[in-house]
Amino acid sequence: MTVLQSDMKLDGNAIGGLLREIFTVEMTNAEGTCATCGRVHAVGEVVVYMNAPGVVVRCPSCGAVQMRIVKGRERYWVDFSGVRCIEFSSE
Amino acid sequence: MLTWQLGELAELVQETPKVASLVLKMPDWPGHLAGQHVDVRVTAEDGYQTERSYSIASSPEDPRLAITVERLDDGEVSPYLVGELRIGDKVELRGPIGGWFVWRAADERPLLLVGGGSGVVPLMAMIRHRAAIKSTTPTRLLYSSRSQDDIIYRAELDRLVSRADGLTVAHTLTRMQPTGWKGYARRIDRAMLGEVAWPKVQAPLIYVCGPTPLVESVASVLVEMGYDAGSIKTERFGPTGG
Repeated sequence: MTVLQSDMKLDGNAIGGLLREIFTVEMTNAEGTCATCGRVHAVGEVVVYMNAPGVVVRCPSCGAVQMRIVKGRERYWVDFSGVRCIEFSSE
Repeated sequence: MLTWQLGELAELVQETPKVASLVLKMPDWPGHLAGQHVDVRVTAEDGYQTERSYSIASSPEDPRLAITVERLDDGEVSPYLVGELRIGDKVELRGPIGGWFVWRAADERPLLLVGGGSGVVPLMAMIRHRAAIKSTTPTRLLYSSRSQDDIIYRAELDRLVSRADGLTVAHTLTRMQPTGWKGYARRIDRAMLGEVAWPKVQAPLIYVCGPTPLVESVASVLVEMGYDAGSIKTERFGPTGG
């Protein structure tokens, strides 16, 4: 079986549940500013790869890594250094 | 807080040879919006757990929650959900999840829905919601399947179109077409979108859902055609759906 990299490419909708665990509120309609290119995207439209040991989120405009999230046994490792700012509803 | 809940399988609807809808009784369901999904968690006897996301197929008005699952032969979860699960069995899930790929009926813009394969599922929730509240929002579905037998919700879509309340459906069959097929017979392309999509001046709201290559190709063609990127919402399905 051939697995193409493009087959592994999803979007921010796929990590809605994982982000709810971390932020407790719905995050796919949150807006993140890319720390690399400065463009703003809804979390629902970012590029997500879930085939790594964890989740890698990339900017849909410039391709830079925005977030890395690894979930282990009762533990998270979160690197959001590629996002300058995330704006989301508190409800 | 998003918590895991137990639903009970009330009905199993075989939609196509590989696709089934699981209709669940959810005692504590908080309600959902058309386009949202749930995470389903299965636990093996040795305690190993894994999760998959599935779009909600039922309308928010439906008292039972339906998800539609494509059985992937090498999948970890879908062969269990479609094949082993029996009526009365419990399913562990959490949701609803998602706030971006959702349609609210108060938005009166014409709707263009483009789906490939099981990517039609969240679009069907929108179509069912539209029908349940008797919305007349002009709605066009462009739906790509491999063959006629692979069309999910085919009879129901035909029935909904026959109500003549502003819903039209255009099918394309990419691999095999029955004799006398009058629909499209190729992958979705610019010419097809040009025929099916609402004119730009009508500023339609567009939802595209399906395998990643289809979603990316359709979205980029629509942007090239001049549709506002901000009014195009996409959701990619991948092998993690297994």
